[in-house]
Amino acid sequence: MALHNELIPQADAAQLSPEDFRKIGANEKQSEVIQRESLSAWRDSWERLLQNKLAVTAMIVMLIIIIMSIIGPMISNFDYQTNDLMNTNKAPNSVHWFGTDDLGRDMFVRTWMGARISLTVGLAAALIDLMIGVIYGGIMGYFGGRVDEIMNKFAEILYSVPYLLVTILLLVVFEPSMGTIILALTITGWINMSWIVRGEIIQLKNREYVLASRSMGAGSGRLLFRHLLPNAMGPIIVTLTLSVPNAIFSEAFLSYLGLGVQEPIASLGSMINASMSAWNLYPWRMLFPAILISLTMLAFNIFGDGLRDALDPKLKK
Amino acid sequence: MEPILEVKDLHVSFSVRGGEVKAVRGVNFTVGRGETIAIVGESGSGKSVTAQTIMRLIPSPPSMIKQGEIIFNGQNLLAKSNKDMEAVRGKDIGMIFQDPMTSLNPTIKVGKQITEGLIKHQNLSAADAKKRGVEMLKLVGIKNAEARFNQYPHEFSGGMRQRVMIAIALSCQPALLIADEPTTALDVTIQAQIISVMKDMQQRFGTSIIMITHDLGVVAGMADRVMVMYAGEVVETGTSMEIFKNPQHPYTRGLLRSLPRIDQRKDEPLVPIIGTPPDLIKPPIGCPFAARCDHAMSVCEKIDPAATHLSDTHMSRCWLLHPMAQEVTTS
Amino acid sequence: MLMVRYVASKFFYMLVSLFILISATFFLMKAIPGNPFMSEKAVPPQIRERLMEQYGLNKPVIEQYGQYLKNIAQGNFGISMKMQNKEVTELITDTFGASLKLGLIAIVVSVIVGVLLGLVAALYHRKLIDNIAMVLAVLGIAVPSFVIAAMLQFVFAQKAGWFHVSGFSGPLDYVLPVVALSAQPIAFIARLTRSSMLEVLHADYIKTARAKGLNWFTILFRHVVRNGILPVVTYLGPMTANIITGSVVIEQIFGIGGLGKVFVTSISNRDYTLIMGVTIFYGIILMLARFLTDIAYVFVDPRIKLNNGKEG
Repeated sequence: MALHNELIPQADAAQLSPEDFRKIGANEKQSEVIQRESLSAWRDSWERLLQNKLAVTAMIVMLIIIIMSIIGPMISNFDYQTNDLMNTNKAPNSVHWFGTDDLGRDMFVRTWMGARISLTVGLAAALIDLMIGVIYGGIMGYFGGRVDEIMNKFAEILYSVPYLLVTILLLVVFEPSMGTIILALTITGWINMSWIVRGEIIQLKNREYVLASRSMGAGSGRLLFRHLLPNAMGPIIVTLTLSVPNAIFSEAFLSYLGLGVQEPIASLGSMINASMSAWNLYPWRMLFPAILISLTMLAFNIFGDGLRDALDPKLKK
Repeated sequence: MEPILEVKDLHVSFSVRGGEVKAVRGVNFTVGRGETIAIVGESGSGKSVTAQTIMRLIPSPPSMIKQGEIIFNGQNLLAKSNKDMEAVRGKDIGMIFQDPMTSLNPTIKVGKQITEGLIKHQNLSAADAKKRGVEMLKLVGIKNAEARFNQYPHEFSGGMRQRVMIAIALSCQPALLIADEPTTALDVTIQAQIISVMKDMQQRFGTSIIMITHDLGVVAGMADRVMVMYAGEVVETGTSMEIFKNPQHPYTRGLLRSLPRIDQRKDEPLVPIIGTPPDLIKPPIGCPFAARCDHAMSVCEKIDPAATHLSDTHMSRCWLLHPMAQEVTTS
Repeated sequence: MLMVRYVASKFFYMLVSLFILISATFFLMKAIPGNPFMSEKAVPPQIRERLMEQYGLNKPVIEQYGQYLKNIAQGNFGISMKMQNKEVTELITDTFGASLKLGLIAIVVSVIVGVLLGLVAALYHRKLIDNIAMVLAVLGIAVPSFVIAAMLQFVFAQKAGWFHVSGFSGPLDYVLPVVALSAQPIAFIARLTRSSMLEVLHADYIKTARAKGLNWFTILFRHVVRNGILPVVTYLGPMTANIITGSVVIEQIFGIGGLGKVFVTSISNRDYTLIMGVTIFYGIILMLARFLTDIAYVFVDPRIKLNNGKEG
């Protein structure tokens, strides 16, 4: 065999010594180094979420709004329902930070009370949706077959009945209160969640680790709650986060029809509605609740999106 | 053989968050008319990037062609404008991809996807293009071609879709076909069919083929010459015979050892190559395979070996081929 | 044949949903304690009885239900309880035209602007224009339409004086209501289009198309846009619902005498026959929109399996 080396520019043959050709073998330590620290799936997602500045900002805004809706009404000397007819429609000043409304009630307190009501409605509706959705969707996905088919058909039919119309009807019939509003919002709200859960469970239940656990004799309950649901948690949390602003929005819309919470209690939606007639004269009466409701929607939506990106392993680089 | 394609000192990088991944680092090769050359290597070895760079299909940014030339039919493809490249793609060079399930547009009828290129490059009328399209479908072995022509991709199986891809790629009778892992996503029995369709078409049209694969079985059945890539470099090239019978580079030998053979004795184990390829953001200064190589010597970690030509066709880049290495091992 | 079965099954489900809505409406109204005329103290007993008879309220509930279904099948929603001698059907047909016109314009505007915005954002992914489009989209989703409407009215009608504050006479009067009504659907469609276009842009079949040597515009319109707008088609149903609910509020704000305004008035008047009539009418429109969306989707996406009446 004719051997001929090409010229080596960096080091010609003369500079090489036999020592250079001492055998060292594979450097296994070096080649087996794991290049990236391995993180648990949840911590990994959390770190990715923290890298998303927008989502972190949204999370902070969310927390501030929640905290203020709890303590906001307490740090003012006024309460939300006492009328003060000497001081109606006052612009924001050092006494009334957000001004007063047409009955002289302090807008700062009312705005945060309104946020409290709106958030309570949103969170409660979302949580009830979650509970019903997880149970219903879990059963559909886990048992499959005929059970799934029938339950799914039922959900589909219910879903195609326009939900706001049903909600409106319910509130026309039963006097609007926090309880009835939440109930009315959840009457079809859970269906979406149940479909998310169903889809996840169907995907997960044929995975090897679930089959392994089943082959070791794990019961349905254990499988569902220990293996399936925890792994379906990502999409469930994202759906939950995004359903809060939806409920808040629906409540605001109902308020506009006069089917929201009733005076003297107010939600952000009903305050905006009440200010609508004279808002060119007293813009602050609309401005503060409007900003707050928009900010809440914004924060929940952006945070939900960020959460989805962080939990979606497809985007992992 | 007259070369139809000549790749000279090609360097391609990708910019990523952590820096610049040097995916292809000085690749040279030629493809002769009617010849089949296989590029072999594991994922990340730069074989797909090389192929897509020939077609100028890799998006830039993030990719950058740092240096080199790709001479096709006497013209440097890297110097062409995007507009001029459109006239080359599909007409002079055809390409098929790894996953036939996703390579066809799901909402357009198969026939239209074949004739698209014909109408663009050969100015055929819709009717003539359809005739050619049906003919192509028949040539790649699809029965009921006329009826199939008007079906959507989801009505085809994976193997059938890959046949359609071949029909698309060869519809304008290009001089060169680049097949990027065309059988990886298919069942073994289907793989053999696809290979035989490609061979058949090659004979019919005299097409040159660049076959990218990590499956040495595919190589043995098809390639005239083999080029083994590792960490963005060509570590060994030779005729199929030379590579299979007389592999010189430890990496090539490792690849062959990790492949089961029919005549293998039961007690003879398959040997995997231990470890992972180096990080190409900071490629090693020495031989990139040194860290995984059983025969590594201290020089291997310091200096990247140059090409050693064992015959007119056989080249390997390994310090073991250096005269001094032989002295040391024999003494 | 498959197509016929698919359409028939979708239609059947639409009828079932509609039946549920009608029944729910009827029995919910019956669940109201007392009867609608109890509250009106001024009405003397004889007249109240006459009214009860006129509205069929003195018959057994099941009989009333049967009568109600029959009436609805004939397009008869009864007589308004609060607006004397006005038929509900007449009130609906009188006012629906204005709402329909406004709604259709809003739908068309939403789809065109939303798709364009999403497409441009996807093509300039992570560039300034993408960021601007997405900030607009997030704002459109976050700010309630009635807030947008009030602000538009304040800025462009009251302060700038470019438009009438309220009323509905010339084509210019459509501008503000349409903008307010389309803001949210535009935002949704833009986001939907963007993410779907991004997915398509990275799809393997786009690489195939490029490997054929097609020029970028051909690829964009024949391959990218066609596949990228598929999800938008599924959104057409929900969007109709969105625009109808939106119009209820928007009509009120801009003083447009459409069906939405009738609905709001009927709720605040507790005009039960009118509420029932408008609810069912809205229900029919929304379900029809969903039905048409389902049908349209089969035409744009050949992958849908028709045999089991479900999207595959």
